[in-house]
Amino acid sequence: MDSLSLVALLRESVPGVEIESAPSLDLQSTLYVSRDHLPAVARTLRDRDELTFGFLAELTAADYWPREPRFELVYIIVSIAGRRRVRLKVRLHGADPHVASVSAIWPAANWLEREVWDLFGIAFDGHPDPRRLLMPEDWEGYPLRKDYPVQIRKTPTSAEPLQMTEEEFRANVMKDRLTRG
Amino acid sequence: MAEVRTETMTVNMGPQHPSTHGVLRLVLELDGETVLSASPTIGFLHTGIEKTAEQKKWQQVIPLVERMDYLSAQSNSMALCLSVETLLGLELPQRVKNIRVLIAELQRINSHLVWLGTHGMEVGAVSVMLYCFRERELLLNINEMLAGFRMFPSYMRVGGLREDLPRGFHDAVRAFLDRMPQKLDEYEALLTRNEIYLERTQSVGRISKDDAVAWGLAGPIARAAGVEYDVRKDFPYLDYETYDFAVPTRADGDVYSRYLVRMAEMRESLKICRQALDRISPTGPFAVSDPRITPPPKDKVYTEMEALIQHFLIYSQGFTVPAGEVYVPVEGPRGEQGFYVVSDGTNRPWRIKSRAPSLLACQALERMIVGGLIADVIAVIGSIDVVMGDVDR
Repeated sequence: MDSLSLVALLRESVPGVEIESAPSLDLQSTLYVSRDHLPAVARTLRDRDELTFGFLAELTAADYWPREPRFELVYIIVSIAGRRRVRLKVRLHGADPHVASVSAIWPAANWLEREVWDLFGIAFDGHPDPRRLLMPEDWEGYPLRKDYPVQIRKTPTSAEPLQMTEEEFRANVMKDRLTRG
Repeated sequence: MAEVRTETMTVNMGPQHPSTHGVLRLVLELDGETVLSASPTIGFLHTGIEKTAEQKKWQQVIPLVERMDYLSAQSNSMALCLSVETLLGLELPQRVKNIRVLIAELQRINSHLVWLGTHGMEVGAVSVMLYCFRERELLLNINEMLAGFRMFPSYMRVGGLREDLPRGFHDAVRAFLDRMPQKLDEYEALLTRNEIYLERTQSVGRISKDDAVAWGLAGPIARAAGVEYDVRKDFPYLDYETYDFAVPTRADGDVYSRYLVRMAEMRESLKICRQALDRISPTGPFAVSDPRITPPPKDKVYTEMEALIQHFLIYSQGFTVPAGEVYVPVEGPRGEQGFYVVSDGTNRPWRIKSRAPSLLACQALERMIVGGLIADVIAVIGSIDVVMGDVDR
């Protein structure tokens, strides 16, 4: 099945979908999908018997600042039975970068989406655990954005004090003894 | 008799625990010795290699990516080179393809040997570690022959290899290939039917076939659960379709199956190495003959003006890569590996992203250890073969 028939099949199963195929150099066909139709397209790609794209190999983003739409999300999915790969892409504007989470469709997306949120600041609606993954919890900014300053000095901060005073420690021990009865 | 009050205990494991293979932190909730929940925390080794790479020229990225997954350095750089070469539209000489296959398979054996040694040690078989590191030393010596660096040779280059094979390379590799099968028998004699090892690993850390696919697991972990997916067979690169080898799979998906799959994989890699070595002629091209990318031979740099200019241009400005995006998957020691590379047409990458098989394995770790015993957590972490440098990058 080539990209054109794949697009036709997706148009048929997801009514009103905005989808276009783009040329690609490697062995995977590239499809651009609009943000609103991503979950429906993803579900179709996974569940249709002739598609079976059950393996999410990679989920990442690229920042094309200062161009708009600025972000492009990339989902590389594989059909192991069909020996086929598809690169699904979503364009996002810099003013309002958010998209529906696919972690309910491909569980592997959980940490990959957290990484994209952490490094690009793209929010995933409906994500079960929307926290930073690699950077410290209280980090400011999104380092892989192109307008993020490089070669700056920052004083290290920490989310919680690493040491406690002796009074706090004693109080903790007392509290523990009391609750254990 | 008064009712005995029980409560669960929360234990912090890591980040500096000898068996977490780096700096992985696990917060375990325990009921006695049973693990009720586990939440991994990662990011302690995050060094921003992907951001750093955006400031470097294309060839300068290679040493950086070799330090991501530090046990499969040459697979990383090979994956990056294949992606960039696809963007450039280069056709590699046959000899380069064969040498790359040989080096990638030696790297796989190298990585599996470290895995077997550390995993064996963690479940109590310390002598296995000493034996594995003895054979790994030979592979590191081969790396040293190639490039003068044992862990991160940076021998791959966009467009081919850094230089031709050193004198004595064929003999060194052949000596290793002749020695290895009998050494593998030795490891198997120590573990495969060892009662203690079987007790520690069988039916431990199971994951089903469907879960393995859904959680994005590839490589030996998935194949031990019955997923027949190997990039070398399903999406061949570097003419892997012309080599004769099998893809070992098991059905159980437990720690013991992963051990069996990796042991069988090492034997298959030896087979591929022998075929590749026979195809490599002692002399011949070691890079594409493209003056934009490959530096001229040194003797010409000293005698010809044009060659000097070309040399200077390549080392000061590098080369430009046509705008576009590409992702070429390869089968690394830990599963599908590859680099999503975006170029904007300049001499520096716009974005590179490494597919990290260890990250996904680490994510699925929770599913494998919840419900098991705390002592098994060590065996499971060892069996999924995470490299924290690859998880955090």
